[in-house]
Amino acid sequence: MIPTPVQQADQIFVTLQHRLVSYLPAAFQSVADVILSVIAIVLVFALLFAVTTVLERKGLGRIQNRYGPNRVGPAGFFQPLADGVKSLTKEDLVPRTADQMVHFMAPVLLVLAAFLAYAVLPVGRNMVLANLNAGILFFFAVGTLVELAVFMAGWSSRNKYSLLGAMRAIAQMISYEVPLVLASIVVIMAAGSLSTVSIVDMQTGYSGIWPHWFLFTPWGIAGFILFMIAATAESNRSPFDLPEGESEIIAGYYIEYSGFKFALFFLGEYLGMFATSGLAITLFLGGWAAPFSFLTWIPSYLWFFAKLLLLIVIFIWIRGTLPRLRMDQLMSFAWQFMLPMTLINVFVAGVWHFMPAGVIRWGVCALVLVVPAFLLSRGLKQGKKFAARTYRFAE
Amino acid sequence: MSSLSSYLLVSALIFSIGLAGALTRRSAILVLIGIELMLNAANLNFIAFWRYGPNPQALTGVMFAIFSIGIAAAEAAVGLGIILAVYRHSKTTELDQMNSMKG
Amino acid sequence: MTATFLILAAITIAGTVAAMAMRNLIHCVLALTLGFAGLAALYLQLGAQFVGLTQILVYVGAVAILAVFVIMMTQHPTQTTESIFSSFWFSGSLIAALVFAVLGWAIHSSRLPYGIAPPHAEAAVQPIGDALMHKYVLPLEIMGLLLTAALIGAVVLAIHEKRRSA
Repeated sequence: MIPTPVQQADQIFVTLQHRLVSYLPAAFQSVADVILSVIAIVLVFALLFAVTTVLERKGLGRIQNRYGPNRVGPAGFFQPLADGVKSLTKEDLVPRTADQMVHFMAPVLLVLAAFLAYAVLPVGRNMVLANLNAGILFFFAVGTLVELAVFMAGWSSRNKYSLLGAMRAIAQMISYEVPLVLASIVVIMAAGSLSTVSIVDMQTGYSGIWPHWFLFTPWGIAGFILFMIAATAESNRSPFDLPEGESEIIAGYYIEYSGFKFALFFLGEYLGMFATSGLAITLFLGGWAAPFSFLTWIPSYLWFFAKLLLLIVIFIWIRGTLPRLRMDQLMSFAWQFMLPMTLINVFVAGVWHFMPAGVIRWGVCALVLVVPAFLLSRGLKQGKKFAARTYRFAE
Repeated sequence: MSSLSSYLLVSALIFSIGLAGALTRRSAILVLIGIELMLNAANLNFIAFWRYGPNPQALTGVMFAIFSIGIAAAEAAVGLGIILAVYRHSKTTELDQMNSMKG
Repeated sequence: MTATFLILAAITIAGTVAAMAMRNLIHCVLALTLGFAGLAALYLQLGAQFVGLTQILVYVGAVAILAVFVIMMTQHPTQTTESIFSSFWFSGSLIAALVFAVLGWAIHSSRLPYGIAPPHAEAAVQPIGDALMHKYVLPLEIMGLLLTAALIGAVVLAIHEKRRSA
């Protein structure tokens, strides 16, 4: 069977890889296969990081009524190059009392863990580095290494601010990891698999023009929202960016890092955000599947990156809009709202599985989700008096 | 030497290291960690025997390892909680200095 | 014995030895995570993917972080640590060496009835889930109960007592 031009365009990178590998002797082929994929992942996502930093700074600038970077290159889009040169040529300062070895290892481990997570993300049809049987578990297991790296960075710097930042970060990451995992459990229940590839395969069908994404179910919508909230907290982004609150603890756990190591922390943070967004796409938004059946001619990897950019834009938008939470608000939100809601969502996914299809199923499931959400959010406000805000010097 | 016995040897070594740590260190936290290491050595044995056993489809060794990991997690949580409580009481985690029965 | 096994075993043992012998407690825990990661890699090499990844998730992600937190909360600046080993370190290490000698002798002398040629077995997630939900459902439930009890117990132990006299 000769592949159609559409299929050829879809599989162009896969065939290219096969072509390149086939020139090598048979003994090295599997190793070369992996190395090529790793190089591709590192290059593509490092480039995406560069693009995102510009987008974020320009987007935040627009939200805050200023221009953002616009000097280097066309419309300021070569700003990352200038930043890269700057961070490479800066002096690498290490505090004298710091634990040299651990201080050095922390950024390396962080970036390594962030890149490892991409091994199980299918970025296109047949485009995944490792189709692991327990792919989602691998993703979360690798995610825990980030916590360790953050702790190492905060502790080894011998600085009270970095230690405080690390403690905040770990407490926050552990607390939000529970809802993150529980929110993805519903998809695992529906798909009956922990493999990311088969989860995406489950969502590639269409009824009419509408796709079979897990998003289009009551538990899917709730799961996606809960997952994204937990992912925001997990990647330490605003409004959950207490670990690096500039106004209180300066920059948190990486305050004592400079030059290239600081850039590595930055990179690791953004890579973590891309990875969790990629997992959200894989779980709820159909991975590389096209949103309408008449758009399937567009190559699958383009769809994945379009969805990824959309989620990144939402992250930037949230960062520009919401103020930072307090530590106690953050914790009570995790344990008193996120955890019960994700548990209820798991229950709803079970109910959905056993009820006959139809409008009633939709109604019942939506009701079971909306009523507790309303009550829980009321409960969070209970016993707190919100006095009218007074402005001491402005009035 | 078969491959199974090399795994068993590694596991025995880890067990002995954990035992040595649990018996000789002064810090209560490291004693607890030594006990965790001994549990882990047992897990390695379970997995090795499952893999080289006559009936790997039964998954008995894997199941045992999973439950053992869960129990180890519970043990670590309670053990570290006890260490915290003791520290509040006697202001030390050194086992040599916790030598009085009266509070 | 393959090269992979030798490397992983060396990493694991180096990590555990360092965890038990280093002076700084935080360094001990960091070395310990290396040992745990090595063990997880050994599980993966043996084909037990689920157990290996659970090992990383539980030990590196939870137990090590918990230990680190407890170390931070119990470090006392005035603590005098002239020696990291207790007074009976000699008898302790002697006992450990004896245990290893006995275990090694037993492994070396016993003729294992199987295991020269490793079969291609792999513990996929689905059979594990099936077994957990059918054959092992009672242990699973007891496990859940135990973990809940441990969670509550740990909180009760670690929470600050309110002083009645003060």
